Amino acid sequence: MATIEKSVSIERLVNTGFDVERIREDFPVLRQTVNGKPLVYLDNAASSQVPQVVIDRGSIYLEDEHSNIHRGVHYLSQKATTAYEGAREKVKRFINARESRECIFVRGATEGINLVMHGYGRKFIGAGDEIIISAMEHHANIVPWQMLCEEKGARLRVIPMNDAGELLLDEYDALLNERTKLVAITHVSNALGTVNPIKKMIDQAHKYGVPVLIDGAQSASHMLVDVQDLNCDFYAFSGHKMFAPTGSGIVYGKAEILEKMNPFQGGGDMIKSVTFEKTIYADLPNKFEAGTPAIASQIGLGAAIDYLNSIDRKKAAAHEHELLRYATEKLSAIEGVRIIGTAREKLSVLSFVIDDIHPHDIGTILDQEGIAVRAGHHCAQPVMQRFNVPATARASFAFYNTKNEVDVLARTIEKVVEIFS
Amino acid sequence: MSELSELYQQVILDHNKKPRNFRKLESANHSAEGFNPLCGDHLTVYLNLEDDAVKEISFEGSGCAISKAAASMMTQAVKGKSKEDAERLFSSFHEMVTSDSDEEQVAERLGNLKVFSGVREFPVRVKCATLPWHTMHAALNNEALVSTE
Repeated sequence: MATIEKSVSIERLVNTGFDVERIREDFPVLRQTVNGKPLVYLDNAASSQVPQVVIDRGSIYLEDEHSNIHRGVHYLSQKATTAYEGAREKVKRFINARESRECIFVRGATEGINLVMHGYGRKFIGAGDEIIISAMEHHANIVPWQMLCEEKGARLRVIPMNDAGELLLDEYDALLNERTKLVAITHVSNALGTVNPIKKMIDQAHKYGVPVLIDGAQSASHMLVDVQDLNCDFYAFSGHKMFAPTGSGIVYGKAEILEKMNPFQGGGDMIKSVTFEKTIYADLPNKFEAGTPAIASQIGLGAAIDYLNSIDRKKAAAHEHELLRYATEKLSAIEGVRIIGTAREKLSVLSFVIDDIHPHDIGTILDQEGIAVRAGHHCAQPVMQRFNVPATARASFAFYNTKNEVDVLARTIEKVVEIFS
Repeated sequence: MSELSELYQQVILDHNKKPRNFRKLESANHSAEGFNPLCGDHLTVYLNLEDDAVKEISFEGSGCAISKAAASMMTQAVKGKSKEDAERLFSSFHEMVTSDSDEEQVAERLGNLKVFSGVREFPVRVKCATLPWHTMHAALNNEALVSTE
């Protein structure tokens, strides 16, 4: 028996050297069954699951440390403040920011982008100015800029993409000009999986002195992010897409830009002094963190970063890559299945449609077999319009997914095709 | 898979594949657009209403099998009915897909629309089945746009 077990464990390591069965034990939610079938969770691009250590860290905070931060001389408040600011330090190292005050805690990528829109956009962008986004943005990186353009009389320009779902960089170059005041692009597309060459795109914008915001909602959990190396001006991401609780997230900004910006929301914690005549705002990062934040969630984000640092992230990424390759191969082989998004550089997202079968019907049938996928427009309606589909079904992977789960997905999709044949 | 075969009955699959009255109605004097922003279902219902009766009805748009079949069968069910009867049918249909009550009366009134009773086992799909009905209701009452979310 011992030999068999050994050979099994070697087999599961052989492809990428990543022990996925060991990793799965860290995620209690994965142990359940859905409709009598083992849960196959393939909706990680919407929200990823939380490992036990992150759950435990939240419990410890609530059991032993809970108090409001930055405002108590008492023991618990100091303890909570230390834990909260400790999480900020972890974020700083995680994205290699110069200073922790450049890491602003927000509710998620959406709030981070809105913070930049209000704090930077409303102050520095005016009538006739231009903002460049891309054709593959999700609504969080479209709507705030549209609102700003409407308010200021500025103009939204959109970098087009080809049929594979790759941005046309020549067109981007042609869009940049002296009127451009901001570029806001996604690192990885949530609907297509495309990884954009953002370092190059940031350099291009900087030639015109234009700051760049990167929407990192889909990238932070899958790849190593170094904001200094990228030289981006802003980088926003959500904790709940990287194994932390909802309500956690970061917008990074270069200190010199954050200092010039207007505050986002007004309230407690973001001030130095308040009189009815004048308020003096607090220094970074507090200037952008009005009111009591999601303390437990942000501490959870710190714990999720610790967790990510405890695993071999390169091997985890290789494993995810292999899952995407394998799933693409398996699904492409099914008659009627069309993959939406075939960029050369892709990450962990597999969007697809099947002939005349609506993704919503695919989603329901997969759910009956315990498989969680997203069916819909992925909050990226312009992407759907670009590919002339009303919606897609999307399987998105994390490092705790397995090839066996991909097999279950492929088998069930065959069943979907059969039902509608 | 039994709940699934309740949901995707042959009649529903047939109407999905070959939707009836699936066209723009040139003689329409009422119409409304329905959206389900959650899943992207989108349809327009056209009505030719004369003397408070549905003389002609059609629809076009895109959506899942449930919404398409529901729209197709709805057009067959309400054609020729008075406005009042069409509204009553809507409320019976709504009751069937949202509640557990198996009232004989409701079932009787619905006729072959009963094939949609399986939808209530799938709460997130209820809006797919009711979207065409909400849209027809809006068209009857001169509302241009409905959204189910």
